[in-house]
Amino acid sequence: MNFELTEERRMLQDTLRRYLRAEYSTERRNAILDSAAGYAPEIWSGLADLGVIGALFDEAQGGFGGAGFDIAVVFEELGRAGVVEPLLDGALLAGRALALAGRQDIVDGLIAGDVQLAFAHYEPGGRYDLDYVQTEASGGGLTGRKAVVMHGGAAEHIVVSARDGDQIGLYLVNAGAPGLDARDYPLLAGGRAAEVMLDNTPAEPLGLGLAEIESLVALAMVAQCAEALGAMETAVALTQDYLMTRKQFGRPIGTFQALAHRMADLLIELEQARSAVINAAGMLGTRDEATTLAASKNLIGRVGRQVAEEAIQMHGGIAMTQEYELAHIAKRIIMADHRFGDTDYHLERFIALSAA
Amino acid sequence: MDLSYTADEEAFRAEIRAFLEAELPSELAEKVRLGRDLTKADMEGWHAMLNARGWLAPNWPKSFGGAEWNAVQRHIFDEESAAANAPRVVPFGLSMLGPVLQKFGNSAQQEHWLPRILDGTDWWCQGYSEPGAGSDLASLKTRAVRDGDHYIVNGQKTWTTLGQHANMIFCLVRTDPDAKQQEGISFLLIDMDTPGVEVRPIILLDGSHEVNEVWFTDVRVPVENLVGEENKGWTYAKYLLTHERTGLGGVGFSQAGLAAVKRIARAEMHNGKPLIENPHFAARVAQVEIEMRAMATTNLRAISKAAAGEAPGLEASMLKVKGSVIRQEINDLARRAVGPYAMPFASEALEGANDLVPDPQDAGPVAAQYFNNRKLSIFGGSNEIQRGIIAKVAMGGGR
Ligand SMILES: Cc1cc2nc3c(=O)[nH]c(=O)nc-3n(C[C@H](O)[C@H](O)[C@H](O)COP(=O)(O)OP(=O)(O)OC[C@H]3O[C@@H](n4cnc5c(N)ncnc54)[C@H](O)[C@@H]3O)c2cc1C
Repeated sequence: MNFELTEERRMLQDTLRRYLRAEYSTERRNAILDSAAGYAPEIWSGLADLGVIGALFDEAQGGFGGAGFDIAVVFEELGRAGVVEPLLDGALLAGRALALAGRQDIVDGLIAGDVQLAFAHYEPGGRYDLDYVQTEASGGGLTGRKAVVMHGGAAEHIVVSARDGDQIGLYLVNAGAPGLDARDYPLLAGGRAAEVMLDNTPAEPLGLGLAEIESLVALAMVAQCAEALGAMETAVALTQDYLMTRKQFGRPIGTFQALAHRMADLLIELEQARSAVINAAGMLGTRDEATTLAASKNLIGRVGRQVAEEAIQMHGGIAMTQEYELAHIAKRIIMADHRFGDTDYHLERFIALSAA
Repeated sequence: MDLSYTADEEAFRAEIRAFLEAELPSELAEKVRLGRDLTKADMEGWHAMLNARGWLAPNWPKSFGGAEWNAVQRHIFDEESAAANAPRVVPFGLSMLGPVLQKFGNSAQQEHWLPRILDGTDWWCQGYSEPGAGSDLASLKTRAVRDGDHYIVNGQKTWTTLGQHANMIFCLVRTDPDAKQQEGISFLLIDMDTPGVEVRPIILLDGSHEVNEVWFTDVRVPVENLVGEENKGWTYAKYLLTHERTGLGGVGFSQAGLAAVKRIARAEMHNGKPLIENPHFAARVAQVEIEMRAMATTNLRAISKAAAGEAPGLEASMLKVKGSVIRQEINDLARRAVGPYAMPFASEALEGANDLVPDPQDAGPVAAQYFNNRKLSIFGGSNEIQRGIIAKVAMGGGR
């Protein structure tokens, strides 16, 4: 048993935390939230320069990491700072898909911070069901619609799933391709996404199928759980500070036992969340992967809701304001439950998998 | 025990329903149903329609131009209004200030201000909370110093709901800094067009502009705008808070909200079946509905006590806690129900881009509402404060 991070990962964690502390203040982030692009290209390249994108790939793919704990370390820090730059979809999902497909040319550009990508899999009407793909591939073109595609409006290449007969596969679509229409909009928790409409849009098959989509989404779930954990750490820390400094009735509100015990509960649940992320990262690629991921995503969704709601409640009105750090963080935590399956979805999956 | 309404009450309900069917503009009801922001004109228009029918001030005595309905009638009206997606009446003048003026104001104040509340001349907002005085309201610092026939007011109020539309604010101000906290507070009516009043917007976490900061710098307020006696404001404020707390169970909102959840969940598909048939989701919905049914009766029990003239007891606090928790749970179900489409920022997002999503216009604002309604357990006396009241009464110490 060893729960210490390796030297390399600890260094990555330190550098990333320090960089974000310096470059990603609440003010800076709020400016990014209000910007038309919804993300900051200079933050994206700053992160690439630090090696953050490279950490998501193994050496054969031109990176220096790529394992579950590399992913967890990176996304926990991004979550802690409430980063809205879409590394989860743009770097991890789309990048690892292209790496699997051997498109090293694009992956190298991604790791260098020069290429913007998106991953378009889920569809309207399919909720979180991974095998729900109605987009059709025929005669070299894709036709269909993809739902809430992160960064879909800004991406230069989009990895798109489609069905050819009863075979689900991944394809590469280039921005500006005929019949491609990405209608993008802002998201409640920051960043932008698009409804991606495809009308006989030329696409290149990547030779990857549903099994690969499942393993890519497994990576994404580790990342999403870790990001939510980081955000929860910030929410809990902000609440702890506030309870010790905010005074009503002549004393710090944290001295009211009604709040003190709930603060204690948040600290307990935060450790549960941390363990759930460790489970997810550690079991990636093993026989227990699917069950563990379902368990972790369920727990993170549940604990996340408790942390976000209790942190707001114990702050009172101040937490309801857009400007205050917790508002953004709470939205990131809650919205993590709307990606890759929510608490109920994974409860159901866990029941099915553990009965099997 | 008889759970049914009397024939008179049923007739009253039919009258309300007919009115709503005839008068409530369908575009307005649609806006309410979809959770869109209402404009000032929307709200004023609805007030005017109710006023023309004599129903704008259900709780006011007839002598002041009210409908003088009893608690059961008011409940029926609220229930029908929520079911018809009528806008909520803006409470600050009608349910808060009105009763205070009727009980503690002098006749000149009553004659001047009450008709203006009804005809919409004045839009009132509530200036109680301050940055340092939330739950501990009695610690408020905004100062009013007597100077001849004026008070000079300095300080800051915050969280002022819809203050951006208001021309008048009723404030709690400190007139005696040396007295015991509760004994140095006065109740003052301030014209917001007076020099030195400044309103600054606060944007809430769902992106809405609903509350404001209101700053006072050497604001001159005529002494005739003092309500009741100087330094007795706390008594009036407490009286007002009991009015604010009635109806906080929000049964009508819960019913409308649950209907919306079911509508969304019938359209959403998971594993080839409507979400409403999914056992996990269905169990969540059922659990809230079971709670809501019991609370509706608790609410009616409190209402019939009030209609019989009994003073509101702990029911107000209990209904505030239970009602807010149920409404928040319903908001949580709604955001769950829409799945990934909870993520777009609704006001700009799905418009036009969304023809394929089931009933997208329902889906749009539900996540924003989920965040916005976190306020329900914070304002009007937080749920912690309400539990404190209940516990104190139950375990000694009186009220
Ligand atoms: C959307 C919104 C609209 C509002 N509209 C208005 C308005 O129009 N006019 C107006 O005057 N005010 C308004 N308010 C203010 C509202 O009444 C206050 O937010 C409320 O009184 C809580 O005060 P606070 O926010 O300062 O929190 P605090 O009082 O600082 O409380 C922080 C936390 O401590 C808890 N706490 C405090 N004291 C105790 C205790 N003794 N025991 C246990 N727990 C305790 C609280 O419950 C809360 O969880 C509004 C607030 C919001 C969010």
